[in-house]
Amino acid sequence: MNEQKRLSVIKTPFLDALREIYPADRLLAGSVQALAYESDALTAFNARPQAVVLPETPDEVIETVRLCSREQIPFVARGSGTSLSGGSLPVAEGIVIALNRLNRIKRIDAETRVAVVEPGVINLDISRAAEPYGLYYAPDPSSQSICTIGGNLAFNSGGAHCLKYGMTSNHILGMTVVLADGEVVTLGSASLEGVGVGPDLVGLFVGSEGLFGIALEITVRLLPKPERYCTVMAAYDDLGTAGDAVAQVVASGLLPGAMEIMDRLAIKAAEAAVHAGYPPDAAAIVIVELEGETRQVDEEFKALQAVIQASGARHIHIAKDADERARIWKGRKSAFSAVGRLSPDYIVQDGVVPRGHLGHALTEINRLSREYGLEVANVFHAGDGNLHPLILFDGNQAGALERAEALAGEILRMCVALGGSITGEHGVGMEKKAYMTTMFNETDMDTMKAIRMQMDPGLIANRGKMFPGD
Amino acid sequence: MSLQPQTIADVQDIVRAGGHLLPRGGGSKPGLSTPTRGTTSIELRNLAGILEYEPGEYTFTAYAGTPVAEVATELARNGQYMPFDPLLAGHGATLGGTVAANTAGSGRYRYGGVRDFILGVRFVDGQGQLVRSGGKVVKNAAGFDLSKFMVGSLGRYGIMVEMSFKVFPRPAVYHTLMLRYGSLADALQATFRLSAAPFEPDAVDLEPQPDKSCQFLLRVGGLESTLPDRIDRLRTFFNDQSAAIDQAHILKGDEETALWIGINEFEWTPSQTDAVVKVPLSPRQVVDLDRAVPDSIRRYTCAGHVAWLAVSKVELLADTLTRLNLTGLRLTGEPGDVILGSRLGLSMAQRVKQALDPAAVFGEA
Ligand SMILES: Cc1cc2nc3c(=O)[nH]c(=O)nc-3n(C[C@H](O)[C@H](O)[C@H](O)COP(=O)(O)OP(=O)(O)OC[C@H]3O[C@@H](n4cnc5c(N)ncnc54)[C@H](O)[C@@H]3O)c2cc1C
Repeated sequence: MNEQKRLSVIKTPFLDALREIYPADRLLAGSVQALAYESDALTAFNARPQAVVLPETPDEVIETVRLCSREQIPFVARGSGTSLSGGSLPVAEGIVIALNRLNRIKRIDAETRVAVVEPGVINLDISRAAEPYGLYYAPDPSSQSICTIGGNLAFNSGGAHCLKYGMTSNHILGMTVVLADGEVVTLGSASLEGVGVGPDLVGLFVGSEGLFGIALEITVRLLPKPERYCTVMAAYDDLGTAGDAVAQVVASGLLPGAMEIMDRLAIKAAEAAVHAGYPPDAAAIVIVELEGETRQVDEEFKALQAVIQASGARHIHIAKDADERARIWKGRKSAFSAVGRLSPDYIVQDGVVPRGHLGHALTEINRLSREYGLEVANVFHAGDGNLHPLILFDGNQAGALERAEALAGEILRMCVALGGSITGEHGVGMEKKAYMTTMFNETDMDTMKAIRMQMDPGLIANRGKMFPGD
Repeated sequence: MSLQPQTIADVQDIVRAGGHLLPRGGGSKPGLSTPTRGTTSIELRNLAGILEYEPGEYTFTAYAGTPVAEVATELARNGQYMPFDPLLAGHGATLGGTVAANTAGSGRYRYGGVRDFILGVRFVDGQGQLVRSGGKVVKNAAGFDLSKFMVGSLGRYGIMVEMSFKVFPRPAVYHTLMLRYGSLADALQATFRLSAAPFEPDAVDLEPQPDKSCQFLLRVGGLESTLPDRIDRLRTFFNDQSAAIDQAHILKGDEETALWIGINEFEWTPSQTDAVVKVPLSPRQVVDLDRAVPDSIRRYTCAGHVAWLAVSKVELLADTLTRLNLTGLRLTGEPGDVILGSRLGLSMAQRVKQALDPAAVFGEA
């Protein structure tokens, strides 16, 4: 659509009404600044919204949502736009409500281990604020230094520590939200039990991908910082042996805080990018981290060492101090962007398989990679079976994106066939909505749609996401 | 009237026939599962059994009518357990009832409650349709999370027939450190200090005593070789930091196990109690609540994040909870009003109700 035609679509009374809520510098329409909001971290999709608003208070958000509801204008809430599944992709005829300025940490109650924050607060900033009290916010997506807690909440984001600590959902105790039709509801509490009595509405809202409404204030649970970490990196000559090592750690009765695997291509990329100290010629590395009370961790570490030594590792490195630990993690956490450097374009998949099928899944991904003639780097949360194959392609080559998407689709179907899920933490968004029906039957889908209709009868909140054919 | 479906299809048929239905598992929480007049009891006892359990996956799937005790035994064979610590196992509690009532014991302190370990659910909605939500793997973010929604749903949004859970390796051994404080407020202060310390106890319970003092229980699990040192450190920590009025006392072995089983089986409640009520709250609200219910027997689990009250006058408690802006769930006693006090989010719950059970076959939201 050309600019002239697009402007003619704009409902001026609506924009005028927005102008009553926002001063000119916080309402971007047709300007260069608005360009930045046309897509998220999944750059394959983009759309130009009719306006972007930058609220600074919860009341402004509420007013905006009520206005959208009255005028039936679609809106998309946005945190930092790091969604990898197109979750914060705008709707062309709608607006983007950008929440970054709602970034106040309102309260830290260290003695009861809770924090109350606004949705635009950056994930890592919660841990920074909690640090002086010896506490931290556990969910740690690799994007934690840029993504917002609101985006985490909407997507039920994960990270490297999900087996032991759970996902975002397990750390949100309460919230105030404005539903898509403008009603403001408060859910949950500052108790560790959250809702505690009656159906767990907090649990339902978390992971609803912005389809119910917008979270305005969020109560999260904080955890005491582990007294001791013990981080081990082991290198293997083949990926299968690395996968088996993870299974052996689990079978030994240990409960590590994190267990990650990276394959050859991912190792190479991470080494080139941040010099994490990974052996560049290894076929795979496993990172295992124990954490907790010193006395307990030291004892568990003996057991872990025995398991790793017997697992066929050809090189074992134990982080000697906090710096070394940070370096090992830096390589892992920068893996996506590092792999990105190897190739003009890539897509990341996020399927989950039961841990026992990891080896099989990786063999299958390798076979598919050869069949499609596309390189795939593997970085994954082995502890919880969450795969992150990064499919490399060159978008300038005709048909390359389609081939990459087709390969991604085969991986997702395989995950479901093995009893897993199409997404462990990146959400469905735009990208995976076509695959929802591989996991859920018509009744399941209809039930979810019925719930959505109750929350958002006009389907104005994040329209076009999660449901196929939408 | 009561019906005993043998299969999921039976449950669907019963629901399609309509009426007013109330699911019942083991009946261990009679306030929630005893049908009132005109309501048909759907007994899920026969829809029981573990369907899948793969210890290496840390997951299991079972029918809703499976007794939690049976699951616990099977898990223990593989050195695993349900860290949310289901209540009333000895009274026949089932998985379905535990999820529907959201009854986690003192052990939920360490890793989280029922909501933190449920992975997926299959339930029959108000129109008799079989709906699945969530999954069977430990990590999954696809679709709306109705399995979490079902936690605390009290059978009012659908009849759960099958569920999947995450489990963990069980600590090899537990020790319990018991301290006595001069008052509940002092004991709470001790939990506050504990909050910023890197100790990882499994349970932190407070028991106010008739003489106004307060018993403070810290349960610690782990490798046998490390426990004496860890307990010792805790003892030193509390000796240095707070005003315990008595020598710390350490429980081990069978005596220790029996103590916590007794707590989970509500043995601390007097037999003439009208009802046992669960009240989730912030530890900041504990002193106010405690002052308002002097006639009840009180127990605060989870470092003061959950109150359990054995009360004789339920109506009075309902008023008190409303005044304090708290919500309670009455687990025992006569059927009837079981949610007491103020209710947050009711209008959102009603929306879900409209979607899952518009004819209110399972009662009101
Ligand atoms: C390099 C990189 C690494 C990543 N690593 C991980 C990882 O390890 N684990 C992981 O889980 N994810 C990861 N992600 C994905 C992404 O960071 C997460 O999905 C994150 O939660 C998105 O946060 P955001 O603030 O950018 O949200 P956005 O992308 O802006 O929005 C995401 C969704 O949330 C909705 N939303 C935002 N705020 C609100 C609100 N207040 N109320 C309601 N809905 C709202 C939006 O509408 C949208 O649907 C990674 C992304 C990148 C780019």
